[in-house]
Amino acid sequence: MTQTWHVTYEIFRKKGDQSTHYDRFEMKVDPDEYVLDGIERIWAFHDRSLVFSHACHHSTCGACGMVVNGVEKLTCITPIRSVTKDGGVIRVQPMRNFPVISDLSVDMTVFYQRMESVGHQPVVSVGFEDSKGKLDSEDDLLRLSDCIECGLCISACPIALTTPAYLGPAVLAGAQQSGDLNPCVLELVDSENGAWRCHSAYECTEVCPSHVDPAWRIMDLRKKLVARRIKKFFGVK
Amino acid sequence: MAEHPQKPANLIKWFDPRNKSLGSWAFILNRITGLGLTLYLFLHLIMLGQLARGPEAYDGFIALVKNPIFLVGELLVIAAAFIHGLNGIRIGITSFGIAGGKQKQLFIGLMTVAVIAIVYFAIRMFTH
Repeated sequence: MTQTWHVTYEIFRKKGDQSTHYDRFEMKVDPDEYVLDGIERIWAFHDRSLVFSHACHHSTCGACGMVVNGVEKLTCITPIRSVTKDGGVIRVQPMRNFPVISDLSVDMTVFYQRMESVGHQPVVSVGFEDSKGKLDSEDDLLRLSDCIECGLCISACPIALTTPAYLGPAVLAGAQQSGDLNPCVLELVDSENGAWRCHSAYECTEVCPSHVDPAWRIMDLRKKLVARRIKKFFGVK
Repeated sequence: MAEHPQKPANLIKWFDPRNKSLGSWAFILNRITGLGLTLYLFLHLIMLGQLARGPEAYDGFIALVKNPIFLVGELLVIAAAFIHGLNGIRIGITSFGIAGGKQKQLFIGLMTVAVIAIVYFAIRMFTH
């Protein structure tokens, strides 16, 4: 049976050089709807100037990442009842640590470039066990890799908050997943703004909607980097 | 041209624990205790500097720090050392891929050890 809740969406607004503010929208919602459903209704029936990113509606494209009541969420799979209560507030902000294009939409260009630079494979063979970085590329059938490049981990990372130069969890996890630590990738990840910048807050793993476990991957990447250095020191290839 | 909504200068937000997970609480705790221990190091060096000003100055300073307020301060230093040291062991272990999936359990376990040690030292300091 369908329930009806009265909730208030507080939406972050930013247009060009204008000062930022929040717009409030009183909404009647089904608590089992998703946060993105409400945002879409605000756009459809209340304010056509609202800018936000979304596409697939089933957690595959990674486009609808936002900060909901202070926590990074993929809004297409976040039920309203999981973030508020009847009569409550849903404050929606754009992801942190990315330049805001307008309202809830952020510019992820640099992030995508970095993912490509480290050799992250968005499509892998079905036999590829990417939960723990094991390779099996014998199969011809393909599937999408676990990381959907939503950027939530970078938004939640306290280190990315203080320096945009830090590659960030998804990019480092992408390097670990690719398994190809060629000199170009090594220059990026074995550096001040690479794997060694992580300070183990584990927020990336907490907010990841796709069980990539970026924190584990960063630590595993460090282990590989140390092993390489030790081998290099002893002249082992 | 889009701009960064959060500036690198937003270091102060590291210390905001709202809506954060246990890993971030450990991260914040390590920074607070680290800054506290650094401050203590400077105070400790100032105290040692009293030695150079003769026995009277040093004895006067020692009499001052026997005040209960300073004892509480010393207990805070001990607490910071245990929390920072034990949390550091957790970070050291997990940073190289060992027990990374158990970082929360490690944190709870090591902080339990820290609390026991702090209580022990508190009893020793305030009953002798």
